[in-house]
Amino acid sequence: MREIPVESITEAVSEMCIKVCHELSDDMRTCLFDAYEKETSDIGKKILGQLKDNLAIAKEEMIPICQDTGMAVIFMKVGQDVHLTGGDITDAVNEGVRRGYREGFLRKSVVADPIERVNTKDNTPAVIHYEIVPGDKVGITLAPKGFGSENMSRVFMLKPADGIEGVKASILEAVRDAGPNACPPMVVGVGIGGTFEKCALLAKEALTRPAGEHSPIGYVKDLEEEMLDAINELDIGPAGLGGKCTAFAVNINTYPTHIAGLPVAVNICCHVNRHISVEI
Amino acid sequence: MEKHVTVPFDKSVSESLKAGDYVFLDGTVYVARDAAHKRMTQSLAAGNELPFDIKDQTIYYMGPSPARDGKVIGSAGPTTASRMDKYAPQLLDLGQTGMIGKGRRSQAVKDAMIRNKATYFAAVGGAGALLSKCITSSEVVAYDDLGAEAVRKLTIKDFPVIVVMDCHGGCLY
Ligand code: SF4
Repeated sequence: MREIPVESITEAVSEMCIKVCHELSDDMRTCLFDAYEKETSDIGKKILGQLKDNLAIAKEEMIPICQDTGMAVIFMKVGQDVHLTGGDITDAVNEGVRRGYREGFLRKSVVADPIERVNTKDNTPAVIHYEIVPGDKVGITLAPKGFGSENMSRVFMLKPADGIEGVKASILEAVRDAGPNACPPMVVGVGIGGTFEKCALLAKEALTRPAGEHSPIGYVKDLEEEMLDAINELDIGPAGLGGKCTAFAVNINTYPTHIAGLPVAVNICCHVNRHISVEI
Repeated sequence: MEKHVTVPFDKSVSESLKAGDYVFLDGTVYVARDAAHKRMTQSLAAGNELPFDIKDQTIYYMGPSPARDGKVIGSAGPTTASRMDKYAPQLLDLGQTGMIGKGRRSQAVKDAMIRNKATYFAAVGGAGALLSKCITSSEVVAYDDLGAEAVRKLTIKDFPVIVVMDCHGGCLY
């Protein structure tokens, strides 16, 4: 049994919140820079140029890339040989979010109740997904999610007979409806299979996979590539004002499912697709 | 076409703007999001005044991140405008001439824009750090308890926007 004090998780989460809201990961930066070079629409190029400048200003002056610093979504992979000490793990994660959002001057965007809507003023609670895995380490992935794009995400409970063509049509429908509202260029996370909630989780986790890294499953990789091309033919473009670059990546995760079902979730993320991982 | 426009502006300025114009805004705008719009329409329903005179004003749909010491404001990019669609027609009918946000609007808003000669501008979503550099002052003028959703008055300079919907029915989306 390896002992890990929960305070070290609080510290890691707090630092990750601040870093991820000011600096995009290399894969996302590369996507943006490449898109700028390739964009042929004048207005599209101008917008991608603004987004490049925005990234530089954010990092240099420590101003969040986007004012919507999101609701903190956290994937915790806890090794089964780890003994967490010194307190409640969920409290420790939330304390990390609280500290990070306060010390990083990040926006507090969480309301305590979906109907009563009073702001909790510290961006907690986070949405935390725990998984018990082999080993003696704790893996933390933080992906603060903005709601301009979250609001455009969809779940489709398809029939098995709809097949891969049904999946393609669902992805394109979600992206077309999202259009300018989701701050394109987007990253599209897709979950296929599982159950109603499992496919949504697959889609969310797909957004944390580095852009440009493909599924190890042959047909899924092909689908990712085909969908990216099809989405970029839609002429939604940067900021939805037309152009070649509507999405940077389509990341698809799959899972076994029931004989009677074909669940598909499409989790749309904007160009500020923030994700960061550490292992303790 | 690139233009400079001073805010606030009246209907005649709106009439000169066309979907597709790339505009730099200079002057003052008010900031309000969902919660502030809800309160403003509740005040009107109760027969009270709005927290500012809305005639000829532009509302920026935005909720900034907190300002660091010595800064005017934090990150300050647009939020999705359609969430204000329920409230916007009433405010346009009271004389509001400009809206800054991102994304599509409802038919009711389009109709109210044509009826009242108002303009809808998009600022680039997710460019909040860059846009914050075009804001030279920021002051909370109402509903301070709403935190990031309070009503603010901003002074802006060379603030880059694109006319996405004009008062003649033109739309870029
Ligand atoms: S969708 Fe993304 S880029 Fe757009 S406002 Fe929300 S967090 Fe920012």
